[in-house]
Amino acid sequence: MTIQHVVFIILSAIALIGALGVVLNRRLFRSALFLVLSFVGVAGFYILLEVELLAMIQLLIYVGAIAILIIFAIMLSRQALAADDKVLNEQWVLGVLVAVLLLAALVYILVQVNWPVVEAAAPANSIQRLGESLVSPNEFVLPFEIASVLLLVALVGAVIIAREK
Amino acid sequence: MDYILHLWTNLGTGMYGLFTGWGLPGWGAKLIIDFIIILLLVILGVLSVIVLTPMERKVIARMQDRPGPNRAWPYGLSQAFADAIKMLTKEMILPKRADRLIYTAAPILIVIPALMIYAVLPFSPVAAGAEVQFGAANLNIGVLYFVALGSVASIAILMAGWGSNNKFALLGAFRVVNQLIAYEVPMILSLLAVVVLTGTMATQRIVEVQSIPYLIVMPIAALTFLASAMAELNRSPFDLLEAESELVAGYQVEYGGMKFAMFYIAEYVNILSTSILFSTLFLGGYKLFGLERVAPVLAPFIVMGKAGFVFFFMLWTRGTFPRIRLDQLVGLAWKFLVPLTLVNLVLVALVVKLSANPWAQAGLVLLGNLITLAVAFLIMSLADRRLKSAAPAAMSEANPLTSAAER
Repeated sequence: MTIQHVVFIILSAIALIGALGVVLNRRLFRSALFLVLSFVGVAGFYILLEVELLAMIQLLIYVGAIAILIIFAIMLSRQALAADDKVLNEQWVLGVLVAVLLLAALVYILVQVNWPVVEAAAPANSIQRLGESLVSPNEFVLPFEIASVLLLVALVGAVIIAREK
Repeated sequence: MDYILHLWTNLGTGMYGLFTGWGLPGWGAKLIIDFIIILLLVILGVLSVIVLTPMERKVIARMQDRPGPNRAWPYGLSQAFADAIKMLTKEMILPKRADRLIYTAAPILIVIPALMIYAVLPFSPVAAGAEVQFGAANLNIGVLYFVALGSVASIAILMAGWGSNNKFALLGAFRVVNQLIAYEVPMILSLLAVVVLTGTMATQRIVEVQSIPYLIVMPIAALTFLASAMAELNRSPFDLLEAESELVAGYQVEYGGMKFAMFYIAEYVNILSTSILFSTLFLGGYKLFGLERVAPVLAPFIVMGKAGFVFFFMLWTRGTFPRIRLDQLVGLAWKFLVPLTLVNLVLVALVVKLSANPWAQAGLVLLGNLITLAVAFLIMSLADRRLKSAAPAAMSEANPLTSAAER
C-alpha cells in the first residue's frame, strides 16, 4: 500500500461522509454544509491525480458558487432558522428504486469497460496544454465557443429577468 | 559577508545538511524544513494582528487629529497585546439556541483558508542550485489558488450567520456574501489581465517576468484589484458588514472572546496576504532596482515593506472616504469595475497578440489604459451632468453608476 492509497482512502472517507451527511441530516442547512465537505473531498481527488487546475476550479465553482447558491435558495425558500425536517418523505420507495438502478448501471459500466491506463507521468504544464487545446481549430474550439455563447445568452437573460422595468 | 547576503539560502542548505547528516533521506529533510517554513508563515500571519492593529489605530488617529491609543507602553503600541490577553481570558459563550457544531466550526474554518494563501506568496527569488527554496510554492496555478481559497471564506461566514441562530447575524452574513460575490468578478478579471500579460499563473514567475511594475503598466487592473480586494476584506469605504458606527457587528454579533478574535485574526491575516499579493503582482514583489540580486537576504523585507505601503494606502482611504451604500457598492462592482476590467482584459489580449517585445507591450498597454480611463471619465461626467440637469427628484433616486462618479 503506497502513500497514494492512504490518501485516497482518507479522501474517499471525506467525500462519502459528506454525501451521507447530505441525505441523513435533518436540517437542510447542515445538509448543504455536508455537500460542501463532499465537494472538498472531490477537490482532493483532483490534487491526488495531479490536476491542480481542476481542484481549484472545483473549489471556486462548487464551494464558492454552487454551494452558496444552494444555501441562498434554502434560506429563501423556507424558514431559515426553522426546526428540523424529516429525513424521509412519501416518495422514498421511488427514490430507493432509482438509486439502486443507477448504482447497478454504474457498477456494470465500471466492470465492463476496459479503462485505458497511461503509464507516463502527468505533463508538467497541463494548464498551458488545456488552454491551447481549447482554442486550437483541430481540437475543441467549436464546443468551447458554443459553450461561451450559451453562457453569454444565460448572462444576458439573467440581466433581463433581473431588470425592474 | 557573502554568507550573510545569501543568509536564507545558506540557512536552508545548512539545515538540509544537518538533517541528512543525521541519516534522514533527502525528502524527509525537505519535509521537516517545509514544516518549519509553514510554521514560520503561520506565525507571521497570526502575529500580523499584533503589528497591523496598532499601526491602523495610530495612523487613523493621526489622520483624524486625535492621539489614538496612548496608555499601553510605549505610545500605546502594545495595546494589541493587552487586547489579546483580554480576548484569551474571556468566558466562552454559546448562545442558548445556537447550532453548537456550526457556531464553533465557523471561526476555525475562516482562519484556515486565510493562512493557506501564504503558500503562494513569493518572499524571495529562486536561488539557483539550492536544495531548499524560500520562494512561493511551485504551483502553476498560484493566482487561481488565491481566488479559490478566498471564495471558501463565504461558506464560513454563512455558517457563522446561521449557526448563531440570530436573524441579525443571518442578515449580516447575507450582506457580506452578496458583497463578496459581487467583487469576486472584477477581482478575477483584473488578475486575469496580469495572467494574460505574463503568460503564467505562478506568482514566482510573475515577479520574475515583471521588469516594470504593473501598477505603472496597467493602472486599471491594479486599481480595480485594490478596490475589489478592499471590498473582499471589508475595509472602509466598503465595510458595510461591520460599519462600526451604524450596525452592531453583522454576522459576528453573537460571537465573543476568542471566537470573535478568530474572525479578527482571519481579517488581518487576509489583509496582510492581500497586501503582499498586490505588491507581488503590481509592485514587482521582492524586486527593488536589482537589490534582490545583490542581497537576497533583504528580499522578504522588501516584500513586507511594499505590503506595508499597500496597507497604509488602505488606511489612507479609510481615513478619507465616507462609507458607501449597499446599492452603490454592488452597482460600483457590476456597472463600473466589471466593464472597465473587461475592456482592459481585451486590450491586454490584443497587445499580447500584436507584439512579443515586453517593452512595446508595456507601452501599448499603458497607452490603452490611459485612453480607457479618459473615455470612462468622459462617460461618467456626461452621466453626472445629465443627472444634475434632471429634476431634483431624480437626484434622490438611487443611481449607483452616477453616485460612484460623484464619489
